[in-house]
Amino acid sequence: MTALIETIGVSKAYGSFIALDGVSLSVASGELLSIVGPNGAGKTTLVNVLTGLLKPTSGAVRFKGEDIAGIGPVALAKRGMARAFQLVHIFPAMTVAQTIGVAVVSQASRSLRLFASVATDAALRSRVREVAGIFGLDTKLDTESRLLSQGEKKLLDIASAFALIPQVILLDEPTSGVSSGDKHGIMRTLMDAAKHAGVQAIILVEHDMNLVAEYSTRIVALKEGKVLADLPPTQFFNDPHIVAAVVGKLVGKVSQRAA
Amino acid sequence: MSATGLSAEAANGKQLGASRLRRHTALLVIVMAALIVLALFPSFAQPYYVTLVLPAFAYAIALLGFNLLFGYTGLLSFGHALFVALGAYGAAVLTSKLGIKSFELILLASGLAAVVVAIPVGLLAVRYVRIFFGILTLAFGMLFHSFLFKFYNITGGDTGIRVLRPALFGNEFSDLDKTAFLIGPFYYYCLVLLVALGFVMWRIVHSPFGLHLTAIRENSRKAEYLGVRVRMFRLAAFLISAFYCAVGGVILAINTGQADPETAYWTHSGELVFMTVLGGFANFFGPLVGAFVFIFLKSELMSLTQYWRFFLGVTLALIVILFPRGVMGVAQDLWSKVKKKQ
Repeated sequence: MTALIETIGVSKAYGSFIALDGVSLSVASGELLSIVGPNGAGKTTLVNVLTGLLKPTSGAVRFKGEDIAGIGPVALAKRGMARAFQLVHIFPAMTVAQTIGVAVVSQASRSLRLFASVATDAALRSRVREVAGIFGLDTKLDTESRLLSQGEKKLLDIASAFALIPQVILLDEPTSGVSSGDKHGIMRTLMDAAKHAGVQAIILVEHDMNLVAEYSTRIVALKEGKVLADLPPTQFFNDPHIVAAVVGKLVGKVSQRAA
Repeated sequence: MSATGLSAEAANGKQLGASRLRRHTALLVIVMAALIVLALFPSFAQPYYVTLVLPAFAYAIALLGFNLLFGYTGLLSFGHALFVALGAYGAAVLTSKLGIKSFELILLASGLAAVVVAIPVGLLAVRYVRIFFGILTLAFGMLFHSFLFKFYNITGGDTGIRVLRPALFGNEFSDLDKTAFLIGPFYYYCLVLLVALGFVMWRIVHSPFGLHLTAIRENSRKAEYLGVRVRMFRLAAFLISAFYCAVGGVILAINTGQADPETAYWTHSGELVFMTVLGGFANFFGPLVGAFVFIFLKSELMSLTQYWRFFLGVTLALIVILFPRGVMGVAQDLWSKVKKKQ
């Protein structure tokens, strides 16, 4: 198994605060790697390093064998990595079709066509319709994004990332803010779409341990910027120390909020 | 099953096409009607009002560009009078100092000069957004304004430079007096120019490029992750806007016969913003309507009272508070109300 993405001894420091401390991990084709850990463990920093947004203080990040440290999201999208966001990240005043269209235009390298018409581009429109269909958004093509339900916004965010035809997709809490019933629906749609679109690997940042247990092929637990564990789900959930380190805090946080 | 699905799809497509066609037909009828009125305007209106339409044409063209940056890309510049002034001084230098009379050449050279200046200014400015972008563009505008005063030998200082009558397609119309030239051939030339540049801008905002600009306005971080080259496209919009503003500046200067440093003053940049908001920046035609309403409103207020600036200010305040989407926003609301009643 060759690694699609790997980090070797990645550290990221903000002044004296060390967000990531010697993180090494790799993701191979066919894997769904979940990154878990309590808040402040460095998950977001790691995701930002993996997507080339942040340059690590030291260490290397490679995607398909090439160094991608700090190359930026546009270059990364061109190379085949897409990202969906934790908070719904949409274009409020644009329609569903336009939103997906933005990614389709990028993917087809048509963004420099100044005088072409989007409205009459049959290839573009059918591709937009196709992607929307996978995510059940094909009946809302002309709806402005801000008018969608929370779950639909989430799906649109993910759909637009899929429209890039990525080999790797990075999902930052794709189901946060969605009811637990809908979570599985979103995950199933996602897995189907990934298979359909030929996505080779998925990196998932997720708090919901049920989802992590069900869909991951491997789990990396972060704590205080270090890799605490890198295990398949069965082994991961059989180690009470690791689960406590990751989930314990979470449970504590939930009960705090309830109280 | 698949057959019915297909036919349903086809019917759906037809319906969609038909509704778009109807919408476009309504739009086309309104635009054609406006063009006919503008084309016939010199034949029934007093020359004074016809000469007012010329600056409205100039601003309409400038604002087409300005709004690509503001309305579509989401960058509000407070310094675009710089590019209008570059157009005006371009016309002045070419006609008065270099003896070049060809209007086509003047437009092209002034527009390109504005683009050349816009490259370094834009490269610096588009690194920032919101108020920082606004302040930076304002600073560059003021810089140019003081340059016009200091370099008296080149710019004529506070008196500016005269702009001579250009030749339209090689024809100077020397048998016509100044007003007859302006409200005659020059008027129609500018009208055609407005239509042509308006059509080009219409294509741009409805192109894949325009779609990416809109994505930048809506959420630049998300746009980046969808492969949108945010900074490069902001710069491209900036350059296009500079070109349009310079073309507007050329027309303004020929209309007044003078390139004046006040053209570059920051209040003039403010007027560009004013007109765009007045007409409605969310609509393609908003800035065009804004240019016409502003010019006539200003002229009427100036003839009524010396406190016209005060009333203009009040108008802007009221529009922002009551009709944030401008004249076109109000028009659209009325239109949809009428349609609902039907």
